[in-house]
Amino acid sequence: MNGTVVAAIDQGTTSTRLMLFDRQGRTLSLAQREHQQHFPQPGWVQHDADEIWRHVGRLVPEALEQAGVDARQVAALGIANQRETTVVWDRTTGRSLGPAITWQDTRTSAIVDGLVARGEAGRIVETTGLHPHTYFAGPRLRWLLDQRPELRERAARGEVLFGTMETWLIWNLTGGVDGGVHVTDVTNASRTMMMDLTTLTWDDTMLDLLDVPRAMLPEIRSNAEVYGTAVGRLAGVPIAGALGDQQAALFGQTCFSPGDAKCTYGTGAFLLVNTGSERPRPGRTVLPTIAYALGDDAPVYAVEGSIAMTGSLVQWLRDSLELIETAPQVETLARSVDDNGGCYIVPAFSGLFAPRWDPGARGTIVGLTSYIRKGHIARAALEATAWQTWEVVEAIRHDLGLTLETLRVDGGMTSNHLLMQYVADALDVPVERPLVSETVCLGAAYAAGLTVGYWADLNTLSHHRHRAAVWRPQMDPAVRAHESSQWNRAVEHALGWVPQRPPAAAPRAERPTRPPESPSVAALPPATSSLGTESDPDPGR
Amino acid sequence: MVEVGGHIQSVERAAAVLRILGSAGKPLRLAEIASALGLAKATTFGIIRTLRDVGFVHQDRETSDYSLGDGLRDLGRASLDPHDLRSHAMNWSDALASRTRLEVLVAMPQLDGARIVHHVFRPDDSAQVLRVDEVLPFHATALGKVVLAFAAGIASPTPGLERYTQRTFTRRTSFDAEMRGVAERGWATEQAEFVPGVGAVAVPLRGFGGLGVGAVAVSGPLERVFRHAGPAMDDVVSATLETAVAISRSLGVRP
Ligand SMILES: Nc1ncnc2c1ncn2[C@@H]1O[C@H](COP(=O)(O)OP(=O)(O)OP(=O)(O)O)[C@@H](O)[C@H]1O
Repeated sequence: MNGTVVAAIDQGTTSTRLMLFDRQGRTLSLAQREHQQHFPQPGWVQHDADEIWRHVGRLVPEALEQAGVDARQVAALGIANQRETTVVWDRTTGRSLGPAITWQDTRTSAIVDGLVARGEAGRIVETTGLHPHTYFAGPRLRWLLDQRPELRERAARGEVLFGTMETWLIWNLTGGVDGGVHVTDVTNASRTMMMDLTTLTWDDTMLDLLDVPRAMLPEIRSNAEVYGTAVGRLAGVPIAGALGDQQAALFGQTCFSPGDAKCTYGTGAFLLVNTGSERPRPGRTVLPTIAYALGDDAPVYAVEGSIAMTGSLVQWLRDSLELIETAPQVETLARSVDDNGGCYIVPAFSGLFAPRWDPGARGTIVGLTSYIRKGHIARAALEATAWQTWEVVEAIRHDLGLTLETLRVDGGMTSNHLLMQYVADALDVPVERPLVSETVCLGAAYAAGLTVGYWADLNTLSHHRHRAAVWRPQMDPAVRAHESSQWNRAVEHALGWVPQRPPAAAPRAERPTRPPESPSVAALPPATSSLGTESDPDPGR
Repeated sequence: MVEVGGHIQSVERAAAVLRILGSAGKPLRLAEIASALGLAKATTFGIIRTLRDVGFVHQDRETSDYSLGDGLRDLGRASLDPHDLRSHAMNWSDALASRTRLEVLVAMPQLDGARIVHHVFRPDDSAQVLRVDEVLPFHATALGKVVLAFAAGIASPTPGLERYTQRTFTRRTSFDAEMRGVAERGWATEQAEFVPGVGAVAVPLRGFGGLGVGAVAVSGPLERVFRHAGPAMDDVVSATLETAVAISRSLGVRP
């Protein structure tokens, strides 16, 4: 193989991948390893950071061999990672101190509830853009330090370091105990609940709230700059890009202009929209975040809406109801009927995320009659994913006055054409699937390649993007209006199902921790009127 | 063997063997099966050996005991689910489109032609529409020829060979000769036989047990698929063959 390539690591929730790309952005190789998931208690989900680092060590030669290149031909390395997963390690031994606590883990609910009870939610939203939630890394760091108070002292002396996964990998790749570079990037830092979303620096007030010593924090850097040079198998390769996975997918989908949007459909779904260079006001419904910051350029912002259950609802049909044998067969079953037969599923199995944010909501199936067959259930399950996407898009339109022109999609569920068509129909915009489905890796590669001049500019990258499929809206507007209002009515049945606990009761581990007084819950009127429909008098707020 | 009323005794006995194995809850010895049926061991053995050879009965290598075989479980699965096929094929087809810069189609056989179950656009950003569910004629397309030649249970098209272009095979003798070529080569071509100016190469996909379950094809302007007035380009053919092997491998292990 002649010429050079760009490498990217996607450190994901279930596996780590390493891919090589050529100048046209085409995949040359892909090596992948799954790591163990540990569930020591209900609501706890953790990984072993040392295991993940060992995997990276094995993936490098595998990917290089597949493509027939050696490290000297790698122009740059980019990293994307599962966001919010928290690691603490010993600077002198290089070993992690405790588990890597993942983004799904809810063990910090007491810490988060405590912050809310002390009336800190407003300040936190104001500074970080985030509502206090067990998602974010900051409370996890506090939990780790609270477990072992001696760590906090050592951390204050700079002997114990904190990082999200990209920080951990960059530190190790650049030499670890032997001169490892301790940095994070703005997108990952924006999901810690410790960074000021305007200044893009660690915020002392937040650090005080969480009792985190500043000395243990990595330096916040842009998404595209040379953080350091790799040692070991990739010796000499500049590590030149890092992004959280959802932002990496946004970048890999070349969503470079305000209004460009992507949605990743996997177990859950994550929709991000580029909102341009101004920090979005905290909306009632979707979270403001950083899309990317390239070198010294001003940062570009985004809003993000996440949907808890999309693919996992299909898994539930498969594993718990045993209606289907494999996830793709949900399409076969759904096509056995012409429509949903009046049946709607609201998959609020553990509350609803954006834009409803109701932890007390629970799943419902409404509209059952003796006419309903399992095909209708399958169809309703797929339509639920489409209508939840629609809710997020409508909320963004309402909060920010942004209207989508197309939606770019990726993830395992995009192989479902019935679903993709329904998403196009519900949103009334074309839905596009790009040719390179590994958009997370591609985004990290793009950032790194831009830094070292492998690619000239964003425009060049946009030209690499090719559509593999497009679904155009076909639904009659009257049907859309009817179905969306039926969906809203179905959601009303799901909201507030779990009785509110008396305030004195101790929070349970699994209980989502969105505070009752947080504005996005309190300000949410009943479903139909909360969405930015034509009847809304004040869409832009 | 044939009794009055048309009952075939050995078939009845075979059914009885399967019922006994199905309800036993554990593997059985030949003697146990024979005594349950009230038959001689030799007779029982004849029946059970036949059932074993067709895959309906499994014999443990070490204990020699009998239980129900995998072949029975697979009976209920009429054929591969098209959406499972698409899901298995998706990443590989994307890579094929990106490598050849051609459109990629995956199809499964049905009685009147090859039905498209997956489609990847030609990566040149020209306006294209999804062709999923389109049924391609057996005699005028590469995908049609391949599923006709390699998929189980498909009869050759009857009687008229409809003309789509000047180059469509409309005479039975020349079409039969074309199909002999497909069977020998193991893959098929299409040279402006369905749509003027469009060429394609198609390769069979094999599923569980090596059965032909469908086909994958690349398609595009004739000059991008074929050498000038000659055979299909080697790199296009080899990329498609490799893709078919990769998809088939992923189908071999049922999810
Ligand atoms: N054809 C399909 N129709 C419906 N759902 C599907 C289909 N194919 C996969 N899924 C669902 O998509 C999910 C898997 O997608 P994907 O592999 O992108 O998920 P992920 O685990 O979130 O991703 P990753 O491991 O890359 O972080 C599963 O929940 C599965 O049920």
